[in-house]
Amino acid sequence: MIRAQALNKKFAAIEAVRDLSFQVEKGEVVALLGPNGAGKTSCMRMLSGFLKPDSGVALIAGHDSTRNPLAAKRQLGYLAEHAPIYREHTVFYYLHFVAKARGLSKGRAETAVDDVFRSLNLDSIAFQPINTLSKGSMRRVALAAAVLHRPPVLLLDEPSDGLDPIQKQLVRSLILDLAKNSAILMSTHQIDEVLALCPRTIIMAKGRKLLDQATDDLLRQSKYHNAVSFVAKESIAARAALEGLSGVTGFEQNAVDGRLYVFVHGHKPQNQLIVEKLSQKNVPFSDIRLEYGRLEEVFSKAVAEAV
Amino acid sequence: MRAFLSIVMRELQAYFFTPLALVFIIIFLLLSNSFVFYLGDLYEIGQASMQSYFRLLPWVCLLLIPALSMRSWSEEYRSGTMEFLDALPIPGWQLVLAKFISLWCVALSALAMSFPLWMTLSWLGQPDHGTIILGYLGAAMMMAAMLAVGLCISSLSENQLIVYIVTSLILLLFLLAGYPLALNPVREVFSQSFVDLVSSLSFLTHLQSISRGVLDLRDVLFYALTIVFWLAANAVLLKSRKDRG
Repeated sequence: MIRAQALNKKFAAIEAVRDLSFQVEKGEVVALLGPNGAGKTSCMRMLSGFLKPDSGVALIAGHDSTRNPLAAKRQLGYLAEHAPIYREHTVFYYLHFVAKARGLSKGRAETAVDDVFRSLNLDSIAFQPINTLSKGSMRRVALAAAVLHRPPVLLLDEPSDGLDPIQKQLVRSLILDLAKNSAILMSTHQIDEVLALCPRTIIMAKGRKLLDQATDDLLRQSKYHNAVSFVAKESIAARAALEGLSGVTGFEQNAVDGRLYVFVHGHKPQNQLIVEKLSQKNVPFSDIRLEYGRLEEVFSKAVAEAV
Repeated sequence: MRAFLSIVMRELQAYFFTPLALVFIIIFLLLSNSFVFYLGDLYEIGQASMQSYFRLLPWVCLLLIPALSMRSWSEEYRSGTMEFLDALPIPGWQLVLAKFISLWCVALSALAMSFPLWMTLSWLGQPDHGTIILGYLGAAMMMAAMLAVGLCISSLSENQLIVYIVTSLILLLFLLAGYPLALNPVREVFSQSFVDLVSSLSFLTHLQSISRGVLDLRDVLFYALTIVFWLAANAVLLKSRKDRG
């Protein structure tokens, strides 16, 4: 549904995107993760047709965004960076305008607007001028405008930037719902967003694709993957109890909350063994958990190596 | 068509539901009426005619049309809504046309508000209504041509002040092209046929011709071609700006 083939874009001497290729199929939510200036927005803009690539092809549902832009745009919902929006209108008017501009019939437009009002909880601000809304509400309106025609392809640039936790939850539910019938590419630098929504992650830096893997596979590359962590009042006693235990390779204590991380060799979870050992040695502990891994660590490592 | 109309309606709503159109219309009326009464000596000439109104109207337009058109694309680029607009499945030329039509509607609303002057003249004397109608037609076409220029220039920069100045300069050239004072230096360097060509590009010459009560197809064609040229140039500039990134 979304296909980037050897995309390249330069701004003067700066290579914004270099030889970028990937594809996203229907039902997938893929994160485009990268630091500022990684080329995420340029990539989104080339896919949406707003920016012409220097070379390469951007395909939306089989239509070339540059050569056949109208056909591509009919299949596309696009939330641009900073969620640009006409602020002089009310939310109700604006979304009806977008529905009509997308060519929806009167009946379909009303249904579509009703749907996004419900799913993004916009009823309370329906007749409020957009320029009086909070940043989070504005972004919800912009997102509603991008998705109201239920497109098969969605490009979302920082969809939950500036949202409060409740709004984030609403947006995430909507994205997961849309993912059933759409291919979604989501640019973000929020790790929690990726973990909550995206089974696949593309990591970019300096315009290049560094990694393109299942998010779980990326987590497995973290040193925290399968580490066991717990809160122990007597951390020295806890360390002493676990030192020499088969498979334990090291310890790390979080300076802020005092949580102790026990690193183990291999990919086999060792939490049961650690619980048994601590109990055996009468070391008090609480809130023990098996770590999945830290995406930010994998991300930082990949970016640092690339830079 | 539905999508195109929705863009026109949104633009109109943006003008008429904010102070923009109102401020434009009020200043337009203040300036045009002041010009007519103080510079045009409406009462002193002793004729029930709107000649002086149509004679001075281009200068009012020179001040106000660039102000009306300057934000059209500049604001879209500055606020980022150009990216939203570009993602809609609407061809670029339709976006240009939609913006042009909505701008023209605002300008025509201001022009229509001068009808009390016509009423007053009808009450005071017996004006030639046909000539006045043609005058309005010419003024409407001239405003459209000026707006097409302004709209095109607004796609060049996000800075509205620059857009205003450049548009004003171009419109000034289009007005001065018909003035002997401006044409004399040209006459000294170039042949008469070139001088005639420059003169034929003047908005003033064509408006004066129509507002005198002569509907010459060449005048209509001049305005029509000018509008088409600048709108087409606008569509090309938008595309090239996009291609440049």
